[in-house]
Amino acid sequence: MGLVANGRMPASLTKLFNISRSYSLWVYQWGLACCAIEMGAAFGSPRYDVMRLGVIPLPASPRQADFVCVSGTVTDKMAPAVKRLWEQMPEPKYAISMGSCANCGGPYWDSYSVTKGVDQIIPIDVYVPGCPPRPEALLEGIVLLQQRIKNEDMAAKWRGEDYTSLQATNSERNAAKVAASFDADVESAEQQSSSSDPIVVGGGPVE
Amino acid sequence: MTDLSDRQKLGYIASQAADARLNVELETEGMTLNIGPQHPATHGTLRIICRLDGEQVVWAEPSCGYMHRGYEKLTEVRTFPQVTTLVNRIDWLGSFANEVPFILAAEKLMEIEAPPRAQVIRTILFELSRIANVSLFLGDLGVQMGAITPVFIAFRDREYVLNLIESATGGRFHPNFDRIGGLKDDLPAGWIDETRQVMVKLREFCDIIEDLLFGNEIFQSRTRGIGIIPADIAKDYGLSGANLRASGVDYDLRRDQEIAMAWDKADFKVWTHPDGDSFARCWVRLQETRESCKIVEQLLDQIPAGPVMTKVPRIIKVPEGEAWVATENPLGVMGYYVVSKGDLGPFRVKIRTPSFNNISIVPWALKGVYVPDIITILASLYFILGDIDR
Repeated sequence: MGLVANGRMPASLTKLFNISRSYSLWVYQWGLACCAIEMGAAFGSPRYDVMRLGVIPLPASPRQADFVCVSGTVTDKMAPAVKRLWEQMPEPKYAISMGSCANCGGPYWDSYSVTKGVDQIIPIDVYVPGCPPRPEALLEGIVLLQQRIKNEDMAAKWRGEDYTSLQATNSERNAAKVAASFDADVESAEQQSSSSDPIVVGGGPVE
Repeated sequence: MTDLSDRQKLGYIASQAADARLNVELETEGMTLNIGPQHPATHGTLRIICRLDGEQVVWAEPSCGYMHRGYEKLTEVRTFPQVTTLVNRIDWLGSFANEVPFILAAEKLMEIEAPPRAQVIRTILFELSRIANVSLFLGDLGVQMGAITPVFIAFRDREYVLNLIESATGGRFHPNFDRIGGLKDDLPAGWIDETRQVMVKLREFCDIIEDLLFGNEIFQSRTRGIGIIPADIAKDYGLSGANLRASGVDYDLRRDQEIAMAWDKADFKVWTHPDGDSFARCWVRLQETRESCKIVEQLLDQIPAGPVMTKVPRIIKVPEGEAWVATENPLGVMGYYVVSKGDLGPFRVKIRTPSFNNISIVPWALKGVYVPDIITILASLYFILGDIDR
């Protein structure tokens, strides 16, 4: 691909790709515990129809999925399987952590057998808090993930970098130009690039 | 070979086939089939290892522990009111039903009893959580056999029940509404009329499922006569709930024990089925949903006036002693053996969950069945992973 050989891509093409990707997300349902039922209500029930958002909840295997929704308690016995299926997913891939147990251990924060947060195993893009979260909260998490995908700099991903938003890349470029011409500092660019942090539905810190 | 008669042709083919049999040993090859730990038919993270001979299972073993969260140990470091938050999440489809036996055990140790109004409301919420549990089973049953429609209907009608539970308790899934000595709150205004309307909808739901699923020829041919569990085997393995009643054993703790709940005020039938096959287990659960609607409708007329909470100290210390209370939960007999040393929290809690015993029959029930029947038998046994592993 001549377009991405040098790790750059035209902005208009990136936007086209991103919009197409964000509205044809295939989600792999990793239902583990109580949240699996709420996830099933969000994905499989007529009231919270998720397909109107362009999310297809029925891939047969993680190899066909774009993002995984880890919902429920991840135990130490289950953790290797979570990691293995995450590694089977093709890039670009995203992860939603649903429920307090997957976020940080939840009510089992002092249990001997529970992994305190699935982010110890796989990188998480969106955290949905709640025990369990309502289906509406999961839908909001999916909408936020779509916005994140729309703003993603795909070229940076192809270069093997972490999530980089388009704004961050643009402001970095602008800052480089500014620095070259006016010899100014690049603090503003660093502030902008903080949008690569994971999203928490409803705000709040990531714990 | 063109001038041979049909008879001679057949003879020629037979001799060729006999030679082929001599040359090639026609044996089936053994194979290990691993189901899970993540599989839609296991309702979570159960792993089943099957040893197959061709298309038949010769050996099967469930491997649990993928959802072990250490409840029994965690209860030792929680106070008594905090334990209900934990035990809510054991059987996550019928959460309120998990709280009740523990609270009753604590009340037994403290020698108090909830007021009559609280007992009736408890029973109503208990039956509503049973409906929420079993309605999802009835919808999910179709998915296991390739029918997608019932699950949409089940999720649609389950929302009505969840709305009722939410408006009464504040929690959609995990109410955490039961307190030692009564209930947290009284029912909201207009709740009783709303419940009556929902019960009508749920009866319609049962009729739809019966038409759609139980009258379906494919469903019947995949469940009738498959996975038969005789009554004595069911008793030996400690099955309970609908799995036991589908084998013809008439045992229901709602009717058979004296307990501080309001089931004795309602007139209901305990359904049994003589066959003991997969169809019988599903059918008994369908009838139970209807009976639950009946119980709720009867109890709505009999809610007495009065408080919903007895007088309990602000800081609950349960006196020293041991108590065992079991109730008939959506999945079967669930019981708590609570040992208290007079502290704020329990010294030791043993939780008897129905699903753990119900899947202990899986090695016996899966022996000799064909591979497609594994899924229907597992679906009809109906377990929940939090209930197995705790």
